[in-house]
Formats: sequence, C-alpha cells, structure tokens
Amino acid sequence: MYRYDDFDRQLVLERTEQFREQVKRRLAGDITEEQFRPLRLMNGVYLQLHAYMLRVAVPYGTLRADQLRQLGMIARVYDKGYGHFTTRQNIQYNWPKLDEIPDALLDLAKVEMHAIQTSGNCIRNTTTDQYAGAAADEIEDPRPYCELIRQWSTFHPEFTYLPRKFKIAVTGSPNDRAAVKVHDIGLRMHQNEAGETGFEVLVGGGLGRTPFVGKTIRDFIGKNDLFSYLEAILRVYNRFGRRDNKYKARIKILVHEEGIDKIRELVEEEWSQIKDGSLRVDDAEIAHYIEQFAPPAFEALSDDDADFERHKAENRRFANWVRSNVIEHKQPGYAIANVSLKPIGGIPGDATDTQMELVADLSEKYSFGDVRVTHEQNLVLPHVKKADLFAVWSELDKADLGTANLGYVTDIISCPGLDYCALATARSIPLSQRISERFGDLDRQHDIGELKIKISGCINACGHHHVGHIGILGLDKRGKEFYQITLGGDASQDASIGKIAGAGFSEAEVVDAIESLVTKYIDIRDGGERFIDTYRRVGMDPFKEVLYGDR
Amino acid sequence: MAIVKNDSLIEQEWITVDAEGDLPSSDENIIVPLARFKEERDSLLGRNGGLGVELNPGDTPEDLAGDIDRLSIITVNFPAYTDGRGYSYGRVLRERMGFTGELRAVGDVLRDQILLMHRCGFDAYDLQVDGEVALDKVRAALKEMTVYYQPTGDGRATAQSLRERRRAALEQKAS
Repeated sequence: MYRYDDFDRQLVLERTEQFREQVKRRLAGDITEEQFRPLRLMNGVYLQLHAYMLRVAVPYGTLRADQLRQLGMIARVYDKGYGHFTTRQNIQYNWPKLDEIPDALLDLAKVEMHAIQTSGNCIRNTTTDQYAGAAADEIEDPRPYCELIRQWSTFHPEFTYLPRKFKIAVTGSPNDRAAVKVHDIGLRMHQNEAGETGFEVLVGGGLGRTPFVGKTIRDFIGKNDLFSYLEAILRVYNRFGRRDNKYKARIKILVHEEGIDKIRELVEEEWSQIKDGSLRVDDAEIAHYIEQFAPPAFEALSDDDADFERHKAENRRFANWVRSNVIEHKQPGYAIANVSLKPIGGIPGDATDTQMELVADLSEKYSFGDVRVTHEQNLVLPHVKKADLFAVWSELDKADLGTANLGYVTDIISCPGLDYCALATARSIPLSQRISERFGDLDRQHDIGELKIKISGCINACGHHHVGHIGILGLDKRGKEFYQITLGGDASQDASIGKIAGAGFSEAEVVDAIESLVTKYIDIRDGGERFIDTYRRVGMDPFKEVLYGDR
Repeated sequence: MAIVKNDSLIEQEWITVDAEGDLPSSDENIIVPLARFKEERDSLLGRNGGLGVELNPGDTPEDLAGDIDRLSIITVNFPAYTDGRGYSYGRVLRERMGFTGELRAVGDVLRDQILLMHRCGFDAYDLQVDGEVALDKVRAALKEMTVYYQPTGDGRATAQSLRERRRAALEQKAS
C-alpha cells in the first residue's frame, strides 16, 4: 500500500495549517461565508441541515488498519460515535464542530489522510475497484495509476475552479465494479493489439438530474501518456464547459451538446501539444508506484482447506455468509471477505467507532492490514486465508457486521437523504430500512438472488438510483414525500440508465410496490435469470402492470 | 485598488479602455479588450504608447498568437473568483505561446487564489484592497504551500522531480 513520503506529508500538513488559518479568518469575520464556502468545501466541510459535515477522502477506497482505527477515533472524539461510508468510497461525519475541524484534520494527517477536494468544483477523490490487487479477474492492479492521478489532481492550479465537480473512476478488471461508465471520466484497463496494457477512456458519464452513460473518447491510451491525456480533457472542459447554469455545467452536458466527435477533436488537438511535455510519465516512475502496491507476502497454500469446508458444513449461517459475501481471490488458499454495512433494518453505510476498530483489528490479524471501502457502502477484507474465514466471520457476527447479504435485495445503496442533507427532498434512510426489513428473511433473499436497489433522496442522485436494477427517487409533492421508481438501471460494464416506471408512490405504498415487482420477477423469470436479466428480456410492461394495473 | 508584482506594489500605468469609445492620446499606455484589438489591430499597433490586451472568460488567447511579442501586458479578468477559465488562459499564454510580458489577474482576485494564479503564470495581481494589505496578502498566499505535484510553467520543482533527484543522488552514493 502507498505510504506518504516527506513531500506528501508536508503537503497535507501545510494544507491543514492553511485551513486552520482560513477557519480563524472566518471566525474573526475577515472573510464572508460566501468567500469561505469554496475554501471549506475544498477541505470537505459542508453545511448541512443540522450541522457541519466533514467528508474525508479514502483515496481509491484503500485503507490501512491504522487509518481505519483513526477514523473510528475521530467518530468518537469529534462526532457522535459513528461515521457514514459513501458511494464515493469516502467517509462522512455528520456532527463535527467547525472550530474543531482543523484538529480533526490534523489527526487525519497523522495517519496520512485528508479531506482535500472531497467537495467543490474540482477533481474529486479517484475511485476504483474495491477488489484491486485481489480479484481473480483483474488485468492489472489499478491503484498505482489511481495514486498518480491523486497526486496530479491534488491542488491542480489550473483545475481548482472548474465549471462543476469532476469525478474519475478506474477499473483494472473487465467486470466493472467501479461504475466507470457513470463518471466524468471512466478509465478501463485493457490490452491493445500490440499486447500493451493501457486504458480505454470514457467521458461524459454521470448521474444527477441528467444521467448519461459515458462515451468512448479514446479506445486506448498508453500508461505513459495517461496524465497528459487527462490534462487535455480537463483543459478542454475548463475552457469550454458551460458556466451559465450549474445544472448544465458537468462535462456530460458539454459532451451531449457538442457531440463526442467534436470533443474528441478538441481533446486530441490539445493533447497533441502537450503529450511530449513534462506530464509524460516514464516506465521507471510507473514501476516505482507499482512496487508500492506490490502484493503482500502470500503463503503458498492449497486452494482447498478442510477446516473451512467443515465449518461451512456445520454452520449454516457461516455457509450463507460465504455464499454471498466471500469472493474468489487470485491467490490460491485466499479469499476476499466482504463486510456488510447493511444489517437488516440498519442504516446503509453507517459504522460505529468500535465497529471500525474491530475491522481494523481483524485486517491486521487476517488481511495484511488492508481494508477497502466499496462504492456500494460496504467494507472489504481483501486478503483473508480461507482457513481464517470462520474466525473472521465469528468476530464480525458478534459486532453485527456478519450480515450475509452482499448483492442481495437488502444490500441497498442509500444517500443520507432528508435526515441530514440540505439538498434532499425526501428521506431515504427510513425507506431503505423498511425495505430491508420486508425482505430480511435470508432464504427469501437467496431465492430472489442478485437485485440492486438504490435510493436517492433528491434528483442529484447521490444514491445512484439511475443505475439501480430498481431505483427509487424521493421527491417532494406539496409538502409530502413521494417516491418514483425506475427499472433496468445497471452500473456495471453493461451500464444502462433506468427508466421511470410511472407515477410515484406515497411513503406508505412504496414498499408494497417494490414487493410486487419482486413477486412479478419471481413469477416470470427463466432459470438462472437475475432481476435485471428478466427486465431486459420482458421489458417494462409486465412490471408496469403490477404497479399500476389499469391505472 | 493596489497592484502587486514581483513582491512589490506597482503604480497603475495603464489605461483600460472598453470595447468602444475614444482612445486616449497616442502616447498613453492602453489596454484594450481582445475583440477591439482584433478589429483595430493595425491602428492600435501604430500608436506610440504601450499596448496591452484584456482577456475575458470565453475569449480565445490563441487569437493573439501572431502579436504576442508586441504586447507588454495581458490582463485576464476573473469576473467572479469561481470562474476558472483564466487559469487555462494563463498557462496557454505562458507555456504555449511564450508570452513574456506582464500577466495580470484583474477582477475578483482574492488571497486564496493567488498561489494558483502564480502557478499558472500570473506575475501581477490587482487586488481590491489597499496597498500594504494587498502586499501582505500576496506574500502570505505565495508561501503557504511548498510542495507541488503538477509541473507547470512556473519553474517550481515538483515533488516528483525532487524525488527523482534524491533517488539519483542515493544511487550515485551507493555506486
């Protein structure tokens, strides 16, 4: 895992001091709230409904044990004992006090973390596959490139006041777990005809009020040229992106209005002028970063473990957890263990201070001190020996972290919604809790199979409802919450934007509506079909009928 | 209200004229908007006084390509500090077009953006505060950070270049 050197450390410390001064100037009235806003936002500090909110970056979703432990400490000391993991692989604290935030940032800096650029119209935290470096289907570990992107994008002097925020996601696997097609820039590693590994570059994807699947601007860019190419895209966006209307300011609108061919032309023209410049990264430098993410010291093991099999046979709950939450590792004898932050009836993505500390301890004991955050708001222990899985699960289970529901109907993505967020038009958390309870029975979840429900409490779509197999959007109609259902969304390599099923449902009706959709799917599915497969085969009509009948 | 350049306060020696209207006498130093420069290029270049151009968001700095050496100053207007187009203009003018005259940020120029502007090639800042205050602000802003990840035309050593230098020194020592 990447360790800061003295340059990185110095930069974060200087930033922390800079923000401390800015807070001081704000509290003294030297700068107005309007002048302070972009400064605090670029340090992750929002003003929410009830309090300030601090969003801490987890670069490419990778945490060390000591970092996660510190996140737990911060939850305890500066917040009310919990934090919320987000769809951006970050963590948010809901109740910090403004005058204490500089201290919290200093505590983060001690473990090589920060809240830089987790908000504002700048390049945000780069996200990637939570199984990077562990997945059996990976072409190459994307994290060295993510770290290089992190550095290139941190305090980029030219791109700190973009038309709007800018998100980059990277996948090193053909099975896209990072939703790269719904980011401003998506990078997909693959090999060209010459056998070199590089990136397909997609641009203009995104959710929000105008969702788009990203379009390919370049089929292949070599690793050495990636950074000059990114700079070319950002310069074109900074110069030509719309600034007259914040709802039309994302690069997806520029791509949509100008057309991908025109944008490609501009980017290629720009790139031709800078590609041989100082942003070209040579192989030696890349090798240096690859080395930083070298695989841990795996033991040579047989892929079969007798104890593991015995525990599965003897303990049905453990076997269920393995079935849903444990994923194949590239190294024989090891597995990827997903830690669900979606207990039945719980708040999706929330973890308490002690839960964070427990996962940190377990990672140290069983997973080389490596923890990941997923965009689906769960945690991952990426390198666990199969022989240790039972011990890991037993500890997790005691702490309400052993829920066996990864990818199932209760593994719901939900934004914070109107319980916290100043932008929200409806609550999302209570709805996700009720859906989770309705489908809580595990046998039923197994029967339903993979089904991704994603809930947003407003049109900004932080809960990714556009790419939920079933998406739910909470709106406000004359002072009452109501929920619009979309079907057929998908964030994977087969990305698609869901379609609105019809009129919205009241808070009282919506859980029944979801259940009727699930029942319909079970009635008409072909063997082995997931909900999304059935939807793609039969289309909207059969589902519309159960929702609305003759209405 | 106060212009800071190269760690000192400088006098306003330029008259900024608008898109239309009469020009001052030929001896005066003037700054004209890009559109007017394009329209009246020949007569403007024929004047005796110094000539500068003002760029506004949406302008194309490349339009100055053929005349860049004839301009003593280019001002880039930031009508709101949130409009970041001027940062790109600065880099294009300095790093691509080789502009060596004064590059002055005008408009909503605030302390917390000055370092970014400097990194993008600006060397003068027109701040809406009084002299000594302006100087203090610019000085404080420019020394706040000392580590830079991005190579730009400002000549600052990047973290990466310093790492490489250190690695090379260590290797030399080892051999």
